[in-house]
Amino acid sequence: METKTNSKLEKIFKSGVMAVTSECGPPRSSDPAHIITKGNLIKNHVDAINITDNQTAVTRLCSLAACIHLKLQGLEPVLQMVVRDRNRIALQADILGAASFGINNMLCLSGDHQSFGDHPKAQNVFDLDSMQLIQTVRHMRDEGKFLSGEEIKVPPNLFVGAAANPFADPFKIRVPRLAKKIAAGAEFIQTQCVYNLDKFELWMKGVVERGLHEQVFIMPGITPMRSVGMAKYMARAVPGMDVPEELIKRLSGVPKDKQAEEGITIAVESIQRLKECKGVSGFHIMAIEWEDKVPEIVERSGLYPRPVVD
Amino acid sequence: MIIGQQKPFDEIWEMVKGHKQLTVFGCNTCVAVCHQGGNKEAEILASLLRMRATQEGIDIDIKNGGIERQCEHPFFESAKDLLGESEAVLSMACGIGVQFVAEKYMSTPVYPALNTTFLGDVKTDWHFTEKCQACGDCILGITGGVCPVSRCCKRLFNGPCGGSSKGKCEISKELDCAWQLVVDRLEALGKMDDYEKIAPIKDWSKDRAGGPRSFKLEGF
Repeated sequence: METKTNSKLEKIFKSGVMAVTSECGPPRSSDPAHIITKGNLIKNHVDAINITDNQTAVTRLCSLAACIHLKLQGLEPVLQMVVRDRNRIALQADILGAASFGINNMLCLSGDHQSFGDHPKAQNVFDLDSMQLIQTVRHMRDEGKFLSGEEIKVPPNLFVGAAANPFADPFKIRVPRLAKKIAAGAEFIQTQCVYNLDKFELWMKGVVERGLHEQVFIMPGITPMRSVGMAKYMARAVPGMDVPEELIKRLSGVPKDKQAEEGITIAVESIQRLKECKGVSGFHIMAIEWEDKVPEIVERSGLYPRPVVD
Repeated sequence: MIIGQQKPFDEIWEMVKGHKQLTVFGCNTCVAVCHQGGNKEAEILASLLRMRATQEGIDIDIKNGGIERQCEHPFFESAKDLLGESEAVLSMACGIGVQFVAEKYMSTPVYPALNTTFLGDVKTDWHFTEKCQACGDCILGITGGVCPVSRCCKRLFNGPCGGSSKGKCEISKELDCAWQLVVDRLEALGKMDDYEKIAPIKDWSKDRAGGPRSFKLEGF
């Protein structure tokens, strides 16, 4: 097993075991206690923890600082980085900063448009796009150079991930788009929340047909629904989200106080089904402000205990 | 062409009401096509300002006039006297015209009546849409003739993002996803293989980022 980085996530993927990641959103405050508590709550049930980067364009404690807090607790963070808020100078600087703290994983994203967030009047940057950010971090790591071509004395050594949304349109480019991200240098993929399993499997079929699953580790995103209201909201208002009508019906069919439990059960069933899907290498469990349920989902899905890696 | 939209009337009034004399000055090319800043609109706006002045009991002599373009010297010949005698000018031009007038008349206050909104096309007589941001390094040749810089809200060179839904952008159901349009065009051209070519990192020094731009013709 040859690994390129010190990433625990990379080691687990390459040992052939299904990997499990989760994610935590930093607080809207300078107090790190919240993120440390969240991290410790799930640390024994996941291999790495994504830290979101001003998700939904709402200003929060920065992703890099939150990753450092988790790292200092001995956890394995995945630094999410969006190209919305930083130009190539700042992006490369933050990559070096992350590597200097021994952060081993990074997820390259575009970022939600600022009109969704708390500062809709902000300028957006988009100096690079997410595809080019993947290229940038791989270039820095593998060539040991900045985008300018100048040498980096001690290059950053990060395991590089990207997102994929099989449910966005146009569907016909969703497999080619994944191929493009792999060509750019993505080594693992975390997908948008999967509720429409049939469509996900159809996408994966296209992925496998092109042999892309042998070039990248794919983790479907799993987000448990807390209520039928959440399911309806996601179906209606969240761009690029595919929530089938049957799921809403199923949640509607149980009493209100049992809907959260049903949501967890649906998440567990999804994981169990997708474990059998060729090309799936793990799961990314995004329990939004519901991190305390991650251990239960992992255990009930048969993904516990997590492997120990040196 | 350059598209502009008239500022709210109250904002215009607040800018000009302190003067004793004002010339509302139309620009009869781009911003006349979008019915916002032509000589006809200058006449209408001048009337509205006179009415407001009367209502508020303020004494301002408001004239109106206009030329074909406020961004080129020769057109100003016909308005020499009008502008020379003006205490202040309310320019109905885009930001280029406003600055051109200000540069020509150093000691005359010049106010913008319009917000210059974008470089766009005329879809119908009443509908204008942004099509270019003058980024200085055109890539339309590789994007099927659809500009992601001006038409994708994240100006992605390798789109679409995960927010593209049923052909529309994540920020508005009214807005076409530029990358859906790129893909549709590539397909129509039989060039879908080009979709997988990664567009290189852009040189933004040719854009606004590189500072104000200009060019001179050699040997002209």
